[in-house]
Amino acid sequence: MSKSTIGVVGEFTDVNALTAAVAKVTDAGYQRWDVYTPYPVHGLDKTMKIKRSYLTYISFAGLLGGITTALGLQWWTGAVDYPLNIGGKQLFAWQFSVPIDFELSILGTALMTVMGLFHLCRLPTWYNKYQDDESFKKATDDTFVIAIDADDDRFSADNAQQFLRQLGAQNVHIVHAS
Amino acid sequence: MTAQHHEQVREPLVLGNPSLRDVTARIASIVESKISMKYLLTLGFTATMAGWGLFALYYTITTGIGVWGLNNPIGWGWDITNFVFWIGIGHAGTLISAILFLFRQKWRTAINRSAEAMTIFAVICALTMVLSHTGRPWLFYWLLPYPNQMQMWVNFRSPLAWDVFAVNTYFTVSALFWFVGLLPDLATLRNYVKSDLAKKIYGFFSFGWTGSTRSWHHYEIAYMILAGISTPLVLSVHSVVSFDFTVGILPGWHTTIFPPYFVAGAIFSGFAMVMTLLVICREILDLKQFITLKHLDNMNKIMLATGMMVGYAYILEFFIAWYSGSDWESWIFINRAFGDYAWAYWTMFTCNVVSPQVFWFASARRNIPLMFIISIFINIGMWFERFTIIATTLHHDFLPASWGYYSPTWVEISIFIGTFGIFLTLFLLFAKFVPVIAIAEVKSILPGAQPAHHHGHDHDHDSAHAAVPAVATEGGH
Repeated sequence: MSKSTIGVVGEFTDVNALTAAVAKVTDAGYQRWDVYTPYPVHGLDKTMKIKRSYLTYISFAGLLGGITTALGLQWWTGAVDYPLNIGGKQLFAWQFSVPIDFELSILGTALMTVMGLFHLCRLPTWYNKYQDDESFKKATDDTFVIAIDADDDRFSADNAQQFLRQLGAQNVHIVHAS
Repeated sequence: MTAQHHEQVREPLVLGNPSLRDVTARIASIVESKISMKYLLTLGFTATMAGWGLFALYYTITTGIGVWGLNNPIGWGWDITNFVFWIGIGHAGTLISAILFLFRQKWRTAINRSAEAMTIFAVICALTMVLSHTGRPWLFYWLLPYPNQMQMWVNFRSPLAWDVFAVNTYFTVSALFWFVGLLPDLATLRNYVKSDLAKKIYGFFSFGWTGSTRSWHHYEIAYMILAGISTPLVLSVHSVVSFDFTVGILPGWHTTIFPPYFVAGAIFSGFAMVMTLLVICREILDLKQFITLKHLDNMNKIMLATGMMVGYAYILEFFIAWYSGSDWESWIFINRAFGDYAWAYWTMFTCNVVSPQVFWFASARRNIPLMFIISIFINIGMWFERFTIIATTLHHDFLPASWGYYSPTWVEISIFIGTFGIFLTLFLLFAKFVPVIAIAEVKSILPGAQPAHHHGHDHDHDSAHAAVPAVATEGGH
């Protein structure tokens, strides 16, 4: 073949039919496949048996980083590097450090959450192998698209197409590299 | 109550029962439509306002803040009034995007995008005010802890230092939250718009979002975390702003009621500003299908509730002033209501406490001209609240010989008009080039958008959506 195969895609417009089909594709044992939807469809990630995201741990690391920075900064600058007596108050006390501890915890969590999200979703990636496919483009509009990638071990273009048609997908076709 | 019953009682959140494609097409059409003369004229007008304000700002910076009406003893005037005013405006956006999200208020999906945009623009205005008030804004980095040749650090025991951290954190987190919410919608526009340039621009900013379920899985968790941390953040920001006053020992400022009172006032004023702009926006951009009377009704209810909270605070302040037994504290409040600035105090009281009372009536909550007028009143009233707090405490201090009166000069007035210009210009640009409604979120709450079996309401397909929460679900859904 002059053009290599990227995968097979099929369209759905009904969310219940989609959910049923996704369950079947999961059961069939495919590993390299995905469902593209215009909005998050409830329960689809569970149906696909996607492993729970570890994003929460990344966020938590951001929180710890933020609060450590805040406490360290306020204690070290005030009590170690340049102790300055202001109104006879303590050089460092956790009580006055609370507002900045809080703000930097939030800031650290937010930054790490967004960076973690970008990392886990592999963003930014300004290229997608399906990007010129018309069905794929509709997936951000009004169509649910199941795509089975050619690099899946079980992949065979004919079987995959037949399988998707059987599940009720419309406009099933092979996507070739352009 | 069955889901079927719910269906009959609840008003639909989106009118006209649009399909998924209708939602995309409607919002994208705003971006795709040709720029009209009316739009350009409006933009020209607001940009002129902004330009005039920036000129006044330039004059202030090159000459010094002596061009303002500040004097001894009144060291804070319109600068800090405007700062607190603008920071407060921002709070409605975060409340809608974060707190209403956690409470599963699905109606927020129609208004969260524009309210969040207002948050960011309002904080930009607030930063303009607070930087110019430092007098030498080119030395802004002195506010930050950085190693320098003087070996000095900022004083972390000062609420002014806390404020720097609070406001900058608020701006950063709001911008991140807004951008994460925008990602899927920018991808929608990338695939929808016809012009090549627009495709490239939206393509760049959507970062290659595909709508993959594997990505949505992470996305929903990220959105939940951001909402979760923005909720305490929004409560903290105006609390920290109020510390700028309360930690000082001046009568009228040194009170424990300030943090909750400021937060309630911030939400109150923010909703008023959101209301003012949305009433215009839904008319001009023809968004009545998405921003329905039900949305406006709900916002009016929140304004009524927060308006009562500030009303309670106004009255309680007087009681505590008397109950404290402190002569200075008592006198400052008598002076506030009956002294030189009584006109400002009663303007505030009438606008903030009396005017929202009409929202007890359902017909008033759904009367658009009326709610527009009331929202303007509240905007005015909340500005006067900050002015009253600042001016009445400062103008008569402990030493009668130094008592004074403060009025702004044309420079301060111009800068304030300029911040409105900046705010409105940014909002107009946003309304034209960015999806004003959260497309993906609205799609997710349309009837039949979610699988029917999923929520225990399996009476029939059409009714089950009534129980589906808005866009993101709890992490382990």
